[in-house]
Amino acid sequence: MANTSTLGPIAPAMTRPTGTAFPALLKDAALFALVTLGLSIPVVAYRTDLGQGTGLELTARWGLVASLCLAVFVLRLAQRLILGEVSRRRDARIRARADASAVAAPKALRPGRALGSLTLAVALTLPALAALGSGGLSEGRYWIDLGILILTYVMLGWGLNIVVGLAGLLDLGYVAFYAVGAYSYALLSTVFGLSFWICLPLAGLFAAAFGILLGFPVLRLRGDYLAIVTLAFGEIIRLVLINWVDFSGGSAGISSIPRASFFGIPFTKGEGGFADLFGLSFSPMHRVIFLYYLILVLALITNVVTLRMRRLPLGRAWEALREDEIACRSLGIDTTITKLTAFALGAMFAGFAGSFFAVRQGFVSPESFNFLESAIILAIVVLGGMGSQIGVVIAAIVMVGAPELLRNLGFLKAVFGQGFDPSEYRLLLFGLAMVAMMVWRPRGLISERHPSVRLSEAKR
Amino acid sequence: MSLALPPDAPAAAGLADPVLIVDHLTMRFGGLTAVGDVSFQVGRGNITALIGPNGAGKTTVFNCITGFYKPTEGMIRLRRADGETHLLERLPGHDVNRVARVARTFQNIRLFPQMTVLENLLVAMHKPLMRASGFSLAGILGLPHYRREEEAAIARAAAWIARIGLTHRADEPAGDLPYGDQRRLEIARAMCTDPVLLCLDEPAAGLNPRESADLNTLLRLIRDEFGTSVLLIEHDMSVVMQISDRIVVLDYGRKIADGTPDQIRADTRVIAAYLGVDDEEVAAVEAEVGLTGTEASGVSA
Amino acid sequence: MEFFAQQFINGLTLGSIYGLIALGYTMVFGIIGMVNFAHGDVFMLSSFIALIFFLILTSWLGLTSVALVFLIVLVVAMLLTALWGWAIERVAYRALRGSFRLAPLISAIGVSIFLSNFVQVVQGARNKPLPPLVRDVIVLYQNEQYTVTLSYKQANIMATTAALLAGFWYLVQRTPFGRAQRACEQDRRMAALLGINVDRTISLTFVLGAALAAVAGLLYLLYYGVVSFSDGFVPGVKAFTAAVLGGIGSLPGAVLGGLIIGLIETFWSAYFSIEYKDVAAFLILIVVLIFKPSGILGRPEVEKV
Repeated sequence: MANTSTLGPIAPAMTRPTGTAFPALLKDAALFALVTLGLSIPVVAYRTDLGQGTGLELTARWGLVASLCLAVFVLRLAQRLILGEVSRRRDARIRARADASAVAAPKALRPGRALGSLTLAVALTLPALAALGSGGLSEGRYWIDLGILILTYVMLGWGLNIVVGLAGLLDLGYVAFYAVGAYSYALLSTVFGLSFWICLPLAGLFAAAFGILLGFPVLRLRGDYLAIVTLAFGEIIRLVLINWVDFSGGSAGISSIPRASFFGIPFTKGEGGFADLFGLSFSPMHRVIFLYYLILVLALITNVVTLRMRRLPLGRAWEALREDEIACRSLGIDTTITKLTAFALGAMFAGFAGSFFAVRQGFVSPESFNFLESAIILAIVVLGGMGSQIGVVIAAIVMVGAPELLRNLGFLKAVFGQGFDPSEYRLLLFGLAMVAMMVWRPRGLISERHPSVRLSEAKR
Repeated sequence: MSLALPPDAPAAAGLADPVLIVDHLTMRFGGLTAVGDVSFQVGRGNITALIGPNGAGKTTVFNCITGFYKPTEGMIRLRRADGETHLLERLPGHDVNRVARVARTFQNIRLFPQMTVLENLLVAMHKPLMRASGFSLAGILGLPHYRREEEAAIARAAAWIARIGLTHRADEPAGDLPYGDQRRLEIARAMCTDPVLLCLDEPAAGLNPRESADLNTLLRLIRDEFGTSVLLIEHDMSVVMQISDRIVVLDYGRKIADGTPDQIRADTRVIAAYLGVDDEEVAAVEAEVGLTGTEASGVSA
Repeated sequence: MEFFAQQFINGLTLGSIYGLIALGYTMVFGIIGMVNFAHGDVFMLSSFIALIFFLILTSWLGLTSVALVFLIVLVVAMLLTALWGWAIERVAYRALRGSFRLAPLISAIGVSIFLSNFVQVVQGARNKPLPPLVRDVIVLYQNEQYTVTLSYKQANIMATTAALLAGFWYLVQRTPFGRAQRACEQDRRMAALLGINVDRTISLTFVLGAALAAVAGLLYLLYYGVVSFSDGFVPGVKAFTAAVLGGIGSLPGAVLGGLIIGLIETFWSAYFSIEYKDVAAFLILIVVLIFKPSGILGRPEVEKV
C-alpha cells in the first residue's frame, strides 16, 4: 500500500502528466485484485452445502473468484483514474480561484425547496398516479404498497434523525421503540378492544416513556458506549418478547389484530361499511389507500414537528449538544434533560410508526424488530446526511424502494441466472454504502446545514 | 479573609463587597494536590486576574468555580448584589451558570462550530427562551408570545454581535471565523447568559497585539457598562497589568500573593517564584512588566 | 457439587473463547479509541474459513491425524482472517481517523452488516455442521450419580487459549512492536514524532486482533460443531461485554472479563433459565457501563475541560 500515499492526488498536475503514473496505477489495482484473491480463499472459492450424507460437501467456484478479482481490478483502476482527474481539476480550480482571489463557498449538493415540493406532490398523488400508470386501482396496488413501505421507513428515519442527526446521540436500539409501539397497539386492541385511534397516541406515549426509562441512566455515557447500551436494550426487548410467551405470544407473535377503520367506519363489504356509507362500490383498495394517507400524514407530522423544533431553543440546544457538550453545560443547559427530550421525542415517533405497522400487518412478531432493522433505519439517516430531512426521503427511496423494484426486473435474472434475487444483496450493499459514505461523504448525501435563524432575515 | 497586602482605592471598593469568596479551596487528584488551601476574593465590578506559572493550578481553580470539578475541600460562595448567596461547589455543573449565573470561556475555544454566530448566542439564552417557548409546547404551536420573546433575544444577540464587530458574518458558521473573532464570540456568548461573574480562561492566548488591544477594550466595556465582575487567567502580562484591578498569584497550587498590579509588580516573592530561576526569562518578563528601566511605564498609559 | 464442577469447566471453556475475541476489541479500543463493531463478524467469518479447510483436509486430502489437521487449520485460518482484518482497517477505518467521532463506529456497523451478508450470499443461510473430530473425554471424578468430565475438546480449547495468551503477552510486553503499540496507545502524535510508524502499528493491531478472533472462531466451531452466517453478532456483543467488564483497553482485563462472562452465562443457563442467558449478558453490559465504565482492571477516564 506504500505506493498509494506517494501517488496520492496531492501532487500538482504540472509535475505529474497523466501518462507516467499509469503503470503504477495498474500495479496498485493489481495489488487490490491480489488482496481480493486472498480474501476470497476459501469463503468464495468453496461453497459448503449439505450433501446426501451427514456431512457437508464442497463445491469449487474458482470462476467466480476470478471474475470477482477482475471486477475489483477494473473498479479500482477506474476509481483511481477518475478520482485523479477530479482532484486535478479541483486543484486547478482552487489555484484559479486563489489567483482571482474570489471567495466562494464550496458548492455542495443542495436540493432546495423545489425538490421537497416535488417529492411532496408525488407523495400526495401517488395513489392516483399508480392507478393511472397501471390502468386501475387494484392494478396499482403494488405501487401503493411500496409507497406505504417507503413512507414507514421515511417516518422512522425522520424520528431517528431527531436523536442521531440533531442531538448527535447514536441510538442502535431504535427498533425497540418501534416494537413497543407495535405491541402496545396489538395488546391494547386484542386484550382490551381499544380502537386504533385511542391506541395510536397511547402507543406513542408508551414508547416515549420507555425512551425516558432507558435514557435516564444511560445518557451520561460517552457516544460509542451509549450506542452499545441502546443496542443491548433493543436486544433485551426482543428477547423478552420472544421468551415471555404469556405476555407477548412468544415467537409466534400476536395475530388477528383489528384492522384500521375510517374513524370508526370499518372498511367492510355490505351495510355500514365505508363503501356503503359513501356510496361507492366496495373495493379492498379503499383500505390500502386509507393506510397510505395515514402513514403519509403521520410522517408529515414527524417532519413538521422536527422542523419546528429546530427553530426552538430546545432544538438549538440539541444541535449545540451535538457540537460540544461541555460548552453546553457552561451555558447552563441541563444536558441530561436535553438529551432525554430528544430521546423521548424520537421514541414517540417510533411508537406511532410501530402502531401503524401493527394495524397494517394485522400481525406482529419479535422477528420484525431485530438489530438489522435498527441498522437499516440508521443507514437511512446516515446516508441521507445526518440532520437532513429530504436526505432521509431520498435514502429511504433508494435503500428500501430500489431493491424492491430490482426484484421484479426480469433482465437481471436473464443475466445472472434464474435463482438471482437482488434483495439478497440488499443488506450487503447497505453495509458497503455505509462504509463508502463514511469514507467519502461523512456528512451524507445532503451535507449542507441550514441555519435555523438568520440575522439578515430577522432584521427585515 | 486573609489579605497579604493592604488594598488600594478601586480594588478596596470592590473587596468591601466581594462577588466571589473562595475559602480554603483544595483539590486533589489521587495523590497529587493540584490546589492546596487557596483563599481569595473577587471584588464586585472588578477585573481580577489569576496568574502563575504553568501547572500552578489556575485552571483547576477555574474548573472548581465553574462546577466542572468538585473540590476536595473548601467553600466557594457567590454573592449577588442583593446579598443572595450560592454555594457553587454544591451545585450541579450546569446550575453554576443557570442558577448562580457564573459564565466561563475555555482555554481551547469551545464554540458550536457548525452553528452560526447568531445561533451560538441564542443557545446561550436557552433559559429565558425555554420558558418563553413554554418548554417547546407554545413554540411548536407558534404562539405570538414566544415570537416576541425570540425577536427580543435576536435583538440582544445582534447588539453583542455588533459590539464584537461581526455583524457582516452573523449568519456564517462560527467555526469559519478567524481565531481572534472566535475568542471574542466566546466571550459574547458567555455574556449572553447574563452573568454576575464572568470567568475567562486565557482570553488573550494566541491573539496578535491589535486583537489583544481590542480584547482589553471589550473587557473594560463588560466591567464598566454591564457591571459584570471578571475573573481571568492570563499569561500575557501586558493584558494583566493594564486591565486588572487586582491580581492573585498562584504557585505550585498555593497562593503566594494577592494585591493591586503595582503591589504585585513590586513583590519580590512573585518575581522569584513566578519567574523561576532562569535569568534570561526574569529579565524578559521584568522588561515586559516594566520593573527595570523606567519604572511602571506601561501601566498608566 | 459435581454439577457445579462440570458447569465450571464448561464455563471456563466458553469464557476462553470470549476472552480471545475480547482481546481484539480491547486492543483496537486501546489504540484508536474505537469500538470495532465488526469484530464479532470477523470471528464468524474465521469459523467459516476453518470449517472449509477442515473439509478440504479431511474429506479431499484424506488426512487422518487430528492434531495435524488442527494445526494446519489453525495457522491457515489465522493468516487468512488476519488478511481480512488488515483489509478492513485499510478500507473502512483508516480514512476516518480525522473524521467526526461517530464516523468509525458507523463505518464499523457497515462492515459488520456487509460481512454477515457476504457470508450469507456466498455460503448460504443454513447452519453448517461439522462432524465431531474427537469425542474422547477425561473422567475427572465419578460417583453413582454424576460424572465430571473434561472433554478433549475442552482441554484443547483451554490449552490453546493459554498458549496463545502467553505468546501474545510476550509479543506486547517484550518486542519492539509491543513497545510501539503501547506508545501509540498513550499518545499517537508523540509516537509518530518519535519515528514510530503509527499506521503500520495500527494495521498490525487489527491483524493481531483478527488472528486471535480466528483462533476463537476455530475453537467455537470445534466446540459447538456448527456455524451460521448470523453467529457473529451475539458472541461479538458478549465478548465486547467481557472487554468492558474487564476494563476496556486492558489485555488481562479482557481475558478475565471473558472468563467471568463465560461462567456467568453457563451458571445462569444451568441454574436459572436458558432462555434468558443472552438477556443476562446484555444486562451485565448495561449495568457495568452505567455504574463502572472503567471496568475491573481499567483506568478511570478523567474528563478534559
